[in-house]
Amino acid sequence: MSTTAKKPRLTTSAMIASIASEGQRVQAAPFGKALVELAANRPEIVGLTADLAKYTDLHLFGQAYPDRFFQMGMAEQLLMAAAGGMAKEGFVPFATTYAVFGTRRAYDFVHQVIAEENLNVKLCCALPGLTTGYGPSHQATEDIALMRGIPGMTIVDPCDALDTEQAVAQIADHNGPVYMRLLRGNVPLVLDEYGYSFELGKAKMLRDGRDVLVISSGILTMRALEVAKALEADKVDVGVLHVPTIKPLDVATILREAGRAGRLVVVAENHSTVGGLGEAVATALLTAGVTPQFRQIALPDAFLDAGALPTLHDRYGISTEAMSATIKGWLG
Amino acid sequence: MQNNNSSVHARVAEGAYRIRRFALQMGEVQGQGYVGQALGYADVLATAYCHALNLRPEDPTWEGRDRFLLSHGHYAIAFYAALIEAKIIPEEELETYGSDDSRLPMSGMATYTPGMEMSGGSLGQGLPIAVGMALGLRLKGNPAFVYNSMSDGELDEGSTWEAAMSAAHHGLGNLICLVDINNQQADGPSSKVMGFEPLADKWAAFGWHVQRVDGNDLAAVIKAFDTARHLTEAKPRVILCDTLMGKGVPFLETREKNHFIRVDQAEWQQALNVLDQAQGAAQ
Repeated sequence: MSTTAKKPRLTTSAMIASIASEGQRVQAAPFGKALVELAANRPEIVGLTADLAKYTDLHLFGQAYPDRFFQMGMAEQLLMAAAGGMAKEGFVPFATTYAVFGTRRAYDFVHQVIAEENLNVKLCCALPGLTTGYGPSHQATEDIALMRGIPGMTIVDPCDALDTEQAVAQIADHNGPVYMRLLRGNVPLVLDEYGYSFELGKAKMLRDGRDVLVISSGILTMRALEVAKALEADKVDVGVLHVPTIKPLDVATILREAGRAGRLVVVAENHSTVGGLGEAVATALLTAGVTPQFRQIALPDAFLDAGALPTLHDRYGISTEAMSATIKGWLG
Repeated sequence: MQNNNSSVHARVAEGAYRIRRFALQMGEVQGQGYVGQALGYADVLATAYCHALNLRPEDPTWEGRDRFLLSHGHYAIAFYAALIEAKIIPEEELETYGSDDSRLPMSGMATYTPGMEMSGGSLGQGLPIAVGMALGLRLKGNPAFVYNSMSDGELDEGSTWEAAMSAAHHGLGNLICLVDINNQQADGPSSKVMGFEPLADKWAAFGWHVQRVDGNDLAAVIKAFDTARHLTEAKPRVILCDTLMGKGVPFLETREKNHFIRVDQAEWQQALNVLDQAQGAAQ
């Protein structure tokens, strides 16, 4: 090799990749830090994990409260059932793993042990939707559909570090099982610019817009806000309604906003088109007889590719550029 | 000591007789039920509910109680009989067994029945729940035991072994597992469906204190419970109980083996008569 030119940096399909774009403001481990702070005065809070403490930020809890931290090994059925057992004894267990394992692998244990008895277990599961390039083994693209099928399960899909941090105390206070999609590591900080605070069960307008209403959850709210900024240049006015609680759904707010005449309604989610926020919103609208022009931005009903996250977000239409183009196309 | 032992034995034997009787009465109400298993397991349940467990019948959620998880929810008919014997459920209620709106559904559920600590039925869930409860009790400084009762069919479930491994890892000396080995599961003899021997060696290799007893030898069962409770080692304990389906009613003991044992309508009363006669002769 005679060339001295710097090789281009290869993109990566690594398991752990940041969802923050370059230069974006981030906070480290918002979930882990919030839980440590909350647990200082709440001795009933315990933490359990299935060999993923470090990768769910629960290691911070383990360091702060070693007596209340339980390593269950790489055994997700055990994780869920043991968390249920601890809840039966009056504790408030936060159980962490990856979303694919917490939902797909341990489903019956979440359903029968935890939910059927309305036990006070908080499942906080990392790598939701398409937040890893590692392929279908780690991409939880149907976790919300699975959890929505369980009666009494509260489902939270936070957008950023602020959402995550504020959700921790509120899901701990909620009496009953909660499934929270966990953003871990260096998590983007976005919502502080919008005068926003997390309220369990509430959807919130982050910005108004005359032409388009994006109803979104999770990191696609961050995308929707970027899209709204990008489309300003095209004189397209995009409103964003953030729905961090997917179940129970804040139907009243959704109907109020979607019922406003003249706006294209786009539901955007980091999840398959099947069984997620899009279908939940569609059902709510049709049931109420509210029938705006309706579109869905979501991951395809398919096993997704491995690859670098930016590549995949482009490929599957959830990057800012792809979403902006899609919405502009719909407006004609 | 000898007197104490014989009075314990007499009390448990009396309880086992009544548990068998209550189970048959409930079976008669519906014309069906897992009575083969109930008759086979009555001696173990009687030892638990008439001897080993620390309970307050009038307060089934008393914080100091020993927890007893019925992982094999289909044994509910046997378990309700034990709860009646322990005076946690009134005897009159057995007439409602399996009926609409009864507190005694055919498969055991925690939300329906006082004294039922878990919703069973999806097999292989009791032991991992017990691990969580045992960890919780230890964290609270509560000296109560957690018993998990399971069937040999549940040895097929991976979750059982996830839990077995973790119970030893966490040194759960407050956890006692009871396995009913009647060698019968839905598709046939358990040993044919999925061979589980050498079973004692398996549990021992997982780090448990193991006892294997004839689950219909009352003296042996009582001794095994006492040993498990008084052990000081910080390791979980398992009592493997070989039982005979239909035990106590000879014409059911020898009936062709099925997951659901066949009982004809006239036979319910005959079975009760056989039990009563045997009990009368024993006294």
